[in-house]
Amino acid sequence: MASISPDNHGLRLVTRYAVLTLVAVIFVFPLLFMVMSSLKPDTQLLNDTSSLRAFLPVGDISLDNYSAAFERAPIGAFVLNSVLITGATVLLTLFVCSLAAFSFVFLDWSGKAVIFSILLATLIIPYETIFIPLLLMASQLPWIGGDGFEIGWLNTYRVQIIPFIADGLTIFLFVQFFRDLPRELIEASRVEGASWWLIYRRIVMPLSGPVIATAAILKFLFMYNQYLWPLMVVQDESIRPVMVGLGYFTDQLNVPWGEVMAYLTLITVPVLAFYLSLQRVFISSVASTGVKG
Amino acid sequence: MASKLTRANGAGWLMAGPGVLLMATFIILPFFLAFAFSLTNQRLASPNPTEYVGFSNYSDLLGLAVFRLEPERDDAGEVLRDDDGVIEYPRLRNFTRNNDAYPHLDGKREWFSWQSGEDRMVVLASDVVFVRALLNTFLFVIVVAPLQAACALGLALLINQKLRGISFYRALYFMPVVVSIVVVSLLWKFIYSPGDGLLNNVLGFLTFGLFQPHDWLGDPGTALGSIMAMSIWQGVGFHMVIWLSGLQTISPTLYEAAEIEGASKRQTFRYVTWPGLRNTAVLILIVITMQAFALFAQVDVMTGGGPLDSTQVLVFQAVERGYGRQDISGGSAISVILFVVVLCISLIQRYLTREKT
Repeated sequence: MASISPDNHGLRLVTRYAVLTLVAVIFVFPLLFMVMSSLKPDTQLLNDTSSLRAFLPVGDISLDNYSAAFERAPIGAFVLNSVLITGATVLLTLFVCSLAAFSFVFLDWSGKAVIFSILLATLIIPYETIFIPLLLMASQLPWIGGDGFEIGWLNTYRVQIIPFIADGLTIFLFVQFFRDLPRELIEASRVEGASWWLIYRRIVMPLSGPVIATAAILKFLFMYNQYLWPLMVVQDESIRPVMVGLGYFTDQLNVPWGEVMAYLTLITVPVLAFYLSLQRVFISSVASTGVKG
Repeated sequence: MASKLTRANGAGWLMAGPGVLLMATFIILPFFLAFAFSLTNQRLASPNPTEYVGFSNYSDLLGLAVFRLEPERDDAGEVLRDDDGVIEYPRLRNFTRNNDAYPHLDGKREWFSWQSGEDRMVVLASDVVFVRALLNTFLFVIVVAPLQAACALGLALLINQKLRGISFYRALYFMPVVVSIVVVSLLWKFIYSPGDGLLNNVLGFLTFGLFQPHDWLGDPGTALGSIMAMSIWQGVGFHMVIWLSGLQTISPTLYEAAEIEGASKRQTFRYVTWPGLRNTAVLILIVITMQAFALFAQVDVMTGGGPLDSTQVLVFQAVERGYGRQDISGGSAISVILFVVVLCISLIQRYLTREKT
């Protein structure tokens, strides 16, 4: 760092930390406000916004908003649905996309180059531009399930999971990681007669911890935070995820803000805790989406 | 690289198959269907067969016309004025409703008008709300993309210092990124409350009571701006991280050289840091632009497009049509317009920021 005279150094350091802290306040305080508000009755909630009390757990603190929120909406079902949908998609994505990437990197087959470049080109398609035709498709796709043959995917779990299993970004992330693995290792195993499936399962995947974490985190965030798609395809409340469940609180004439803040806190704090415990991995995952340029 | 060892048509197809098939079905097929549906009258559920309608969905959305409205005159040819002296005009609907003499105006509505001598020039649009949505989306992108990129760069420079505990601050700045935009929107809707809302109180406190409480989302003049500010707050940490990874690719020896040469901080940034961030800058602008064009949840949760259509945007319109009115063809046409705009903008950005040789 630049040469700074000792007496100046301390002051500069304080200024730097002051600036950093001030900026942190901007990012943290709204979230702090959310958590604190969830603990207060509506009347106090509004009064507290005129002072620093808005960010402090003071006054009439209780979990009443939480129990009221649970009474108003089937929150347990919403959370369970989100966990199920997000969990299933993440697992299937990891499997399907890593397998495809494995094939693209290590195997030679006809048509590979063309197909790979088409998949890469899809990165420029925002999901928002395909949701409308996808909605029509979802209403007419066939399915063979426990009840036999049926038409239509609306109001199901599968319509919230299957369209999001394979995506260009995840395949691309795996491809990039696999390319840096030593090819000799794979070829040596082939010489010894190992099947491709065995190489994938026993050699490549065990070496892929970092990219698996990255792909899982990105997919988790995308799926858990989905809003528009479930809003359109799921009317049945028993299979709605948490984000769409918010409608229960906002469709009221007088929005019960205390309960809203309780619900928001409930569906956000677990994610934040997960993030804070793994923040390095989270942040480097997001940064890795920046390498595709 | 094609050797006997890696040659495997069957296994190759089998392993890539599920991923390729899923992407073909759920990304590539609907992408092309959007184009196809936009040329038909496809509805979500309809007893009538779907018909090809050409580009009428597009003209229903984008149709514009300028019309010179001449004042009413009496028998002597004098301009008629009302009691206040304001010129009287024939009603616009006489021309836009079932008037065979003006087929190009049929069904259009007034978007805006201005005075031209005694005449009034009226700009008519087939779909005034959609045109507003298109302009609002552009406005959103034009303001948010550079502002968010600049704020993110500022944060990245701030966080790129070698200080104890800096990763703690980085973690805090990034925090809103992992929070759902739906949650953030609802939280900020509360913060933006009129009267005694948190933002009004904070601003009042910072200005020693000078600030008058404002209805941020209820005023057409500030609603979109409020959504912009909140969107930047939520997303800026994401782009900070991308800038940061760009900053860290710049070789430390360049900074050492600049220091030996006695470069000031500003010069170091101008001649060392900024040139090294060129590719990152292109990437960030493209990423932010694409995200900004996809704006939906904020509008849906906070304003529902209002007040007075001041926060109508493209995706919201696409959803209102395709889902709300079950008009798949109209929604698809908007999706296609959105895609073409996104494509053009990213091509332009790539061109403008290309490596100059």
